[in-house]
Amino acid sequence: MYRYDEFDAALVRERVEQFRFQVERRLNGELSEDQFKPLRLMNGLYLQLHAYMLRIAIPYGTLRSEQLRMLAHIARTYDKGYGHFTTRQNFQLNWPKLKDVPDILAELAKVEMHAIQTSGNCIRNVTADHFAGAAADEIEDPRSAAELIRQWSSLHPEFSFLPRKFKIAVAGSPHDRAALRFHDAAVQIVRNGAGETGYRVYVGGGMGRTPYLGYMLADFVARADLLAFLEAVLRVYNENGRRDSLYKSRIKVLAHTLGEQEMRRLVLREFAEIKQTGTLDVAEAERKRIAAYFAPPAFEPLADETPSSADPEFVVWRKTNTHRHRMPGYAIATISLKLVGGVPGDCSHAQLDALADLLDDFGLKEIRASHEQNLVLPHARQADLPAIHARLKATHLATPNAGLVTDIICCPGLDYCDLANARSIPVAQEIAERLAGRQHEIGELKIKISGCINACGHHHAGHIGVLGVDKKGIEFYQLQLGGSAAADASIGEIMGPGFGKHEIAGAVERVIDAYLRLRRDGERFLDTYRRVGMEPFKNVAYLEQLHAAH
Amino acid sequence: MLTANRLGDGEVVYWRAGGWSETFSDGEVFDRELEAQAALAAAQHFAARNAVVNPYLFDVRRETDGIRPVKEREVIRALGPSVRGDLGKQARSATARQSEFGKRNSEDQPVPEGTDDDYRI
Repeated sequence: MYRYDEFDAALVRERVEQFRFQVERRLNGELSEDQFKPLRLMNGLYLQLHAYMLRIAIPYGTLRSEQLRMLAHIARTYDKGYGHFTTRQNFQLNWPKLKDVPDILAELAKVEMHAIQTSGNCIRNVTADHFAGAAADEIEDPRSAAELIRQWSSLHPEFSFLPRKFKIAVAGSPHDRAALRFHDAAVQIVRNGAGETGYRVYVGGGMGRTPYLGYMLADFVARADLLAFLEAVLRVYNENGRRDSLYKSRIKVLAHTLGEQEMRRLVLREFAEIKQTGTLDVAEAERKRIAAYFAPPAFEPLADETPSSADPEFVVWRKTNTHRHRMPGYAIATISLKLVGGVPGDCSHAQLDALADLLDDFGLKEIRASHEQNLVLPHARQADLPAIHARLKATHLATPNAGLVTDIICCPGLDYCDLANARSIPVAQEIAERLAGRQHEIGELKIKISGCINACGHHHAGHIGVLGVDKKGIEFYQLQLGGSAAADASIGEIMGPGFGKHEIAGAVERVIDAYLRLRRDGERFLDTYRRVGMEPFKNVAYLEQLHAAH
Repeated sequence: MLTANRLGDGEVVYWRAGGWSETFSDGEVFDRELEAQAALAAAQHFAARNAVVNPYLFDVRRETDGIRPVKEREVIRALGPSVRGDLGKQARSATARQSEFGKRNSEDQPVPEGTDDDYRI
């Protein structure tokens, strides 16, 4: 079970007191907003449309019951009774008062949580596969590598003022559940021909205004060299990344401007220099010490079973929301935060408390937040699934839609976000309400919606992506098809002119109807799109506009 | 009109007669650019004295039932999230909801009634 070490605890406490002093100085006028803004951003505090927003890191998405209870307490005491799970395994409070934020951070520190490096031009909180330690196809739990990277990157003096933010994801399976190729850098645990475990490193991925898939910079980095290699990547970026243009400042632009060969040459040159000093070699004893923080629970010797229940809804939920575990008798269960008609990713204080009770009552040590804005029980006993489902159902957390068309990734959009151009949540709600009755027939289909080009809703990676834009103060929505954040990663293709806010859900529904007509046995939407291309979908998406024009 | 966020809690505020109001309908409408720029210059002093953050002007239009922001962003700031009628300024009283662009609530998202179920978001 992951815990802070003493160094982390002291650092976080000191950081809270530093920020308390900074807030005092801001409130009494000693600091201007220009002086204070970089300080608050370094502590995860933004100013949004209606209020401040505090972004809290959930390292590798892992939460214990006392941490869930603390989030519930904070949401209830300092905010409006709920919070929002984001696409980067963070938890956001939408209404905190500036004067309360130091107290909130002090409360978080009591349960080993913080908001450090959830903003700013630094190495952001590292994310990991939400099935870590549980997936049947996993080579190794990716969280110990992620933790090693966090310890190296936290307050790293050389990388505190990068050209722009830098996001790293880590996965331990060939099946990509961490959107690896859409990250600035990504680490995938692999085995080489000799059976040794090491790291494949991708660089240059990203979404936003200019989406790119990251390319493989190294197919095998030895265990001891992970930090030295990443340090080399960051040095090349820090030295060569564009600081003159916000739009060209991410590593994706540098990596794709230089090209694979030159980027590799520069990184390997730095890597050789760092290796010579030996200061970043990861000692096997240290790697094992960190890995012990992520030791799996003591699994009981159980046999696989198919649990039954008198509740027909359980059967549907088990089929859609549970996944194969590496241990017999256990399952991974996805807790959907995508109640049809609800706000994707939002969770109330009462739900957070109920989930904490669930963990304690069923002997579950942890829950995970996924980048898909859901929660995951990584180690549920199969025999407990009917009772777990009943408890989830009582708290509106048993929506049976994991991976289906109503399991929509959606940013907060213009309802909350200062950067957004259009609302995204109402679009997600209308699409979900239109298609909920047919979602099991439709099968796997990932819709992702962003309210602006920054792409927090991952629209470039959606099988169907929706991007909200502003046209002279009016909300419009572009449709993209064919994206994927999985091992078959791809960037969606823009269909054509945008749709009005009352047209977009209908257009998505017509695209899906076309898919149902075109699909062959076993084809997902993405497979059909890749086989037939954009045209058949484009032909139906604009029908409403054509009829209106005539 | 002229708006900002209050420093202490981020609350959206509107400029009126040399001060700030939390209510959109209290806000002063400037018909002439010169007046608007003068008010913005005056508001900058409040920012310098750390009362508000980021004052700026935004466009409104006159409709039969009152003044309405041109951009949806300002409608949302004036009311609260369109998907949560129980939050933001719109939640403060039924009267306030009706007086501020009453159309939105009926068209887009009804204010939830009797939301005493804490498990439902």
